[in-house]
Amino acid sequence: MIFPGSGILKGLAVTARNFAGSYVEKDRLTTEQYPEERPKLPEAARSFPFLVYDGDNPETGMRCVSCKICEKECPPQCIYIIQDRDEAGKAIKRPKVFDIDISVCMSCQICVEVCPFESIRMDQDYELSSFDRFGSLILDKPKLLKSNSYYHSIHPTEAAETDGRIEADRLKKEAAAAAKAAKAAAPSVVSASSSSSQQEGKP
Amino acid sequence: MISSLESAPIDVLHWFLGLLGSFGVPAWILAIISALIIIGTIIGVFLSLFALTSVMERKILARVQNRYGPNRAGPFGLFQPIADGIKMITKEDLVPRTADWIVHFLAPVVMMVPALLVLAIIPYGRDMVPAELDAGILYFFAVGAGTEVAVFMAGWGSNNKYSVLGAMRAIAQMISYELPLVISAIVTAMISGSLSPSAIVSAQGGFAFGFVPQWFALTPWGFTAGLIFYICALAESNRSPFDLPEGESELVAGHLTEYSGFKYATFFMAEYVGMFAICGMFVTLFLGGWQAPLPFLDIIPSWCWFLGKVCFVAFTMIWVRATLPRLRIDHLLAFAWKFLLPMSFAAFLSAACWHYAGRGPLAWILSLAIVGIPYLLLGNAFTNRFSVSRRTYLFSE
Ligand code: SF4
Ligand code: SF4
Repeated sequence: MIFPGSGILKGLAVTARNFAGSYVEKDRLTTEQYPEERPKLPEAARSFPFLVYDGDNPETGMRCVSCKICEKECPPQCIYIIQDRDEAGKAIKRPKVFDIDISVCMSCQICVEVCPFESIRMDQDYELSSFDRFGSLILDKPKLLKSNSYYHSIHPTEAAETDGRIEADRLKKEAAAAAKAAKAAAPSVVSASSSSSQQEGKP
Repeated sequence: MISSLESAPIDVLHWFLGLLGSFGVPAWILAIISALIIIGTIIGVFLSLFALTSVMERKILARVQNRYGPNRAGPFGLFQPIADGIKMITKEDLVPRTADWIVHFLAPVVMMVPALLVLAIIPYGRDMVPAELDAGILYFFAVGAGTEVAVFMAGWGSNNKYSVLGAMRAIAQMISYELPLVISAIVTAMISGSLSPSAIVSAQGGFAFGFVPQWFALTPWGFTAGLIFYICALAESNRSPFDLPEGESELVAGHLTEYSGFKYATFFMAEYVGMFAICGMFVTLFLGGWQAPLPFLDIIPSWCWFLGKVCFVAFTMIWVRATLPRLRIDHLLAFAWKFLLPMSFAAFLSAACWHYAGRGPLAWILSLAIVGIPYLLLGNAFTNRFSVSRRTYLFSE
């Protein structure tokens, strides 16, 4: 023998507790009031790729050497690169056009994994909606290039690791160059000049 | 000061009419103007109440689920009804090609008319009944039943199987629940000896021991009848857990499936105004109408008490909606015929015994027994009938 209707009363008590509790206990309301409150993204959060540059000048500090490895590896083929050429028509190690179609990109990060020059990294910007389906969802070079300090601000750990790797590479190269210079005097000038044009060391 | 607040609405009306009269406006025009002003006020109050409820309901439901609810449009989201209204009006008004367009067009109107008409007989405060009818209760239920026709018109006129199914459910549900609704209302008429709402309210006046209000809901038979009336009111106004006619999980939106734009808004509005009307009737019949709950609270005008009580009852309806899941159609009908109807007869009997046993302590015990025993027996029988037993498998396991 139960008291009929007691289940309904119990249910009403539960909803009443939740109703009143939401005014008293602040941690019941977990909703983020989005445009005013923004989520603190975890460090590993990623949206779409961007290109890192060193120093202050995006053009000269660009790490990308237009090797097109990322273009070939990108599974949905959303990267488009044209290599830059000097007046003589000789290819230089810099992209003239670097486009990523983020309406196609699936944020897989494969381009980041394969880039040998630590040039392409994942961004965290997620407010990318636009009224234009075609123009504004294809990111070109000026939009893609972001400074190394920005990279540090969004992925501090990863950026520090990358900097350490670049620094170690530079030291190794310098040591090798010094060893070469010690061996022979004449050819060492050529190798030194070529390494400086690659712009790999940190300024 | 107090008495002036009490009769403020009527005084303003009389002052205005006197002003017009001093300009030589003939008396029959004054009577029409007076009626129009009263009608306008009531419709205005209830429509703004509807607007307020539509946003408060969403906020309350949200709070029950630990969310914020609408809070973007205006301060605390209070302008949400305006935004909703603009959205509704600017939406395209679709009529299915094969629909019976006259019936389809008329249904929202027919729905709205009874919802507004029944507001005429509710006593909003001391001496504030728009239309003093001797058979007010009868009028309320007779006119209120018109919404059933509207629902069926909507379902039939849409020429859509979901609409017809929803409408048939609505008819089955509303007719089944009309019976206990009316019987539980008759109980109060029986005790107060009148079918006029104002007489029923004044029968609940006064205080036992100087502080306990004499509301019908505070007697055993009144409590039972009130609860039955409340449950049936939920069913009549198609509110959860009795919102099967528009059960979106199985019928898209029932009779509302083919409605859009302003016609849909009219349905929505009529449903809410109907809900307020039946809340007002509940307050009038069982919660002492415009009477204050404690003697010294009389300083607050009676119409404020009425409004406050109606809002409270509407709040409990939202609370119930936030709590209970929708019933199945056979459970719903069985509940009406096998539980509510016998219980309303018990309340009827109990009220009669209460009256003839002298309304004293003996009457209390007697009437409590007459509603309590059937409640326990019927309730248990009902619960056992629908309780789910553990499923046993014959061949597996
Ligand atoms: S981003 Fe990296 S992998 Fe892609 S072209 Fe530039 S250097 Fe090569
Ligand atoms: S994240 Fe993946 S899909 Fe996007 S550009 Fe890089 S490789 Fe292509």
